[in-house]
Amino acid sequence: MSNNWEMVIGLEVHAQLKTSSKLFSSSPNQFGSEPNENVNFIDSGMPGMLPVMNFGCIEMAIKTGYALNFKINKHSVFERKNYFYPDLPQGYQISQFEFPILSEGYINIESGDDKKKIRIERAHLEQDAGKSIHDIDPKYSFIDLNRVGTPLLEIVSYPDLSSADEVINYISSLRQLLMYIDVCDGNMQEGSLRADVNLSVRKKGQELGTRCEIKNLNSFKFIKQAIEYEFQRQINIIDGGGEIEQNTMLFDTSTGETRAMRSKEFSHDYRYFPDPDLLPVNLSQEQIDKIKPLVGELPQDKLNKFIDNYNLDKDIAKIIIAEKQNANLFEKMISESTVKPKFIAAWLVGDIFAFIKENNLEVNSLNDKTKDITDLLRLISDDVISNKAGKEILPKVLNGEGKPSELVKELGLEQVSDSGELEKIIDEALVGEEENILKFQGGSDRVLGYFVGKCLKATKGKGNPKLINKILLERLKK
Amino acid sequence: MKNSISQIKKALIEKKISVCELYDEYLAKAKSCNNNSFNLVIDRENNISSINDSQDRYDNGNPLPLDGIPLGIKDLFCTKGIRTTASSKILSNFIPNYESFVTQQLLNDGSIFIGKNNCDEFAMGSSNETSYFGPVINPWKNKNSQKDNLVPGGSSGGSAAAVAEGSCVASMGTDTGGSIRQPASLCGIVGLKPTFGSCSRWGIVAFASSLDQAGPLTNCVEDAAYVLNSINKHDFNDSTSSNHQREDYLVDINNSFEKKIKIGIPSDYLEDVSEDILNQIDNTKKALSKHGIEFVDVKFKTTEHALSTYYILAPAEASSNLARYDGIRYGVREDGESLDDIYLNSRTKGFGDEVTRRILIGAYVLSAGYYDAYYRQAQKVRRLIKNDFQRILNEVDFILTPTTPNEAFKIGDKLDPISMYKNDIYTVPTSLAGLPGISIPSGLSKNGLPLGVQFIGNYFEEKSLLQLAALAEKELSFNE
Repeated sequence: MSNNWEMVIGLEVHAQLKTSSKLFSSSPNQFGSEPNENVNFIDSGMPGMLPVMNFGCIEMAIKTGYALNFKINKHSVFERKNYFYPDLPQGYQISQFEFPILSEGYINIESGDDKKKIRIERAHLEQDAGKSIHDIDPKYSFIDLNRVGTPLLEIVSYPDLSSADEVINYISSLRQLLMYIDVCDGNMQEGSLRADVNLSVRKKGQELGTRCEIKNLNSFKFIKQAIEYEFQRQINIIDGGGEIEQNTMLFDTSTGETRAMRSKEFSHDYRYFPDPDLLPVNLSQEQIDKIKPLVGELPQDKLNKFIDNYNLDKDIAKIIIAEKQNANLFEKMISESTVKPKFIAAWLVGDIFAFIKENNLEVNSLNDKTKDITDLLRLISDDVISNKAGKEILPKVLNGEGKPSELVKELGLEQVSDSGELEKIIDEALVGEEENILKFQGGSDRVLGYFVGKCLKATKGKGNPKLINKILLERLKK
Repeated sequence: MKNSISQIKKALIEKKISVCELYDEYLAKAKSCNNNSFNLVIDRENNISSINDSQDRYDNGNPLPLDGIPLGIKDLFCTKGIRTTASSKILSNFIPNYESFVTQQLLNDGSIFIGKNNCDEFAMGSSNETSYFGPVINPWKNKNSQKDNLVPGGSSGGSAAAVAEGSCVASMGTDTGGSIRQPASLCGIVGLKPTFGSCSRWGIVAFASSLDQAGPLTNCVEDAAYVLNSINKHDFNDSTSSNHQREDYLVDINNSFEKKIKIGIPSDYLEDVSEDILNQIDNTKKALSKHGIEFVDVKFKTTEHALSTYYILAPAEASSNLARYDGIRYGVREDGESLDDIYLNSRTKGFGDEVTRRILIGAYVLSAGYYDAYYRQAQKVRRLIKNDFQRILNEVDFILTPTTPNEAFKIGDKLDPISMYKNDIYTVPTSLAGLPGISIPSGLSKNGLPLGVQFIGNYFEEKSLLQLAALAEKELSFNE
């Protein structure tokens, strides 16, 4: 039975850094270009070419160091990791090995209703490799070197994770943080964030088992599937009297299964040694301190602020802080308007997010419309228009079809809040309703709803419902 | 007697010769000398427009520092549009689309390239016998055995032979463990290895990155200063390039020293050396003593470890630097059934024996389980060697040593790698320390072959080192 078993998981997360150029060359660091378009002589490993460190990557690593509570090392060393592969033109990957730039950090993640501290052993800078494409031609493989030399920060956790859900919470939290501090775009589909999962199983309370490493997972769905499959696979082997072999595994997305890529016996000897083309990275305390203000507000800071200062419900606050751009949009609206933050938040996570999702938009695309949005919300909260009318106008405002006040006029959606006018309409509506009036006075509350509806209809929906309600009650109680 | 750069420039300025006539003279020599000192002689028409531009500058009275000077370039420097092979089969069809930093400086200063000089394959060798294009023949002959073809030394053997035979005024070489100084010594010319970090490595086919350094092979010390003035510049694209303030190496080169100079002679270098070699040191000592220079005995503590340290570190770096030659993107590719076969066949057939040997040594010393015993240990010893030099250079201004333990030997004579490696015994320690060293001709052996002595200076003190070498040269010149 698998309930006696527990899994022990450590993660290596590779985050592509959002620099404009590569780690050691001036080629653009961007996704989606034509094959081999972003490749220069350094990237393609031409004779005599030399790497030059992009200091922007160091700054991003330092920012990450602050965000993930790392010790930021003043001395780190780039080494060469030697192996042959066609998408690795130099024949080695430049990485940090003995002396990484960051060590001993942690983050807190949610685990069920509790918080759990996940310790992070280290994070180091390294070059990404290119891509080998095997499915274009039956005989030949194709090589795209665009990704060669793209800066990666490899973040290596301790084996502190014990379920697929924790792993997903951990990666989500990492992703959120990295996006907040603007070092990674977090786009898992494009491979900007990828994870290697190291998993072993043990009977509860026993010693650690032999681990297998599942390589290169780039979606939450696959990570969950792979973990669950691998967990069961290892249990089945042990239950069947077998032993776990320390293997590197691949996850087959079509079958949902993991399978061995190579065993430890065939593992590479990477022959790491300090890259003689590069000097060690030696940072002064001053250089490190200078980066600190660039870290900015982290998600947890924002969450607390939204709850404490803006009175948001925790659930709504969490939705808004989930992505930095949402939080930014929200804070921009608050700064530009006197509408209650709670009211803005309700509309943001409701109709506004729905509109963004429906139209496949970037949240940032609304940044220049915040004034119009808050103007509209002001009209709603001041009862100038009804909630319903607000919902009708919102898409037009978001599409840039006009100013809210103009749209309200154009569409004739202004609420009738003139009590004289409403009294007249109500009086007309009550004509010939003696029977129902008696019913209400006899205690049937349902009749009130009927009258409100009738009056609203008579105002073509523009009557202020609160006012109608009030006047009706006065009339009926007479 | 060969003309110096300043003499040639004077002749060009005074219109005694045109840039084109000068070039044609050297080109003819390069084509007629049968010493195999060039892997490629550049077509005349490729140089014509540069020659004309150069002549225009002379005619307009504003020539550049090296205007019109015909140079040889070791076939390790990438030259744009001109085949660059590192004397290896695996690069025998490689034409770079970029110009190395150093050769670009030389072009910027108006020089004209005659061709690409033969060298040991990937600069690995001390006799120029490992070249895919065959050995280079030393222009000098043993007077007691005239018919023998001798090695020019290596790895910049083609550069040294080309300068000695007169097919270029100077040649750019590279020195990793003695590859400029040793062939300069065996060919009777001047060879300067600048301080590591002086001249950019950008665009030079890498052998051992922490040791490789470009430098000139020239007929005289002053020419070395001319070339050094051109190539010694900071380069942002080489992270190990030093950004210290460069000096003009020509200004004081013929001046005598203002202060009292003390030179150390390491007695441990002179144990078990031949009389020929001892004579070089004695001659030099006598010549310079006349100028009030003081000589003292010094003793290194680390000399015996230098060669083994070098033959761990250099191959380790080489094994990784040469990984990019896989036949996939450029160079010669051999067919194979699988990817591994393509790698195996391309590299097995593409590299010669010495290169293969060093790649294997390098891979071995970096392997798991051996790294600490070899690579890490060698790095520590290298630090000790540096300290050893610093200790001695705190006591003396320069160090004087033989450049080589022997004269030029017969092609094919040294088949055993270890005895070949020992040829660099006096040059390797300087390389490990990263210090500048210059070899100048100091006399002839009993067999009438040239020998040289090496002066070693402190970091980035090329200016005074050249000054000293120029002084010694005046006293020692044997080929005038």
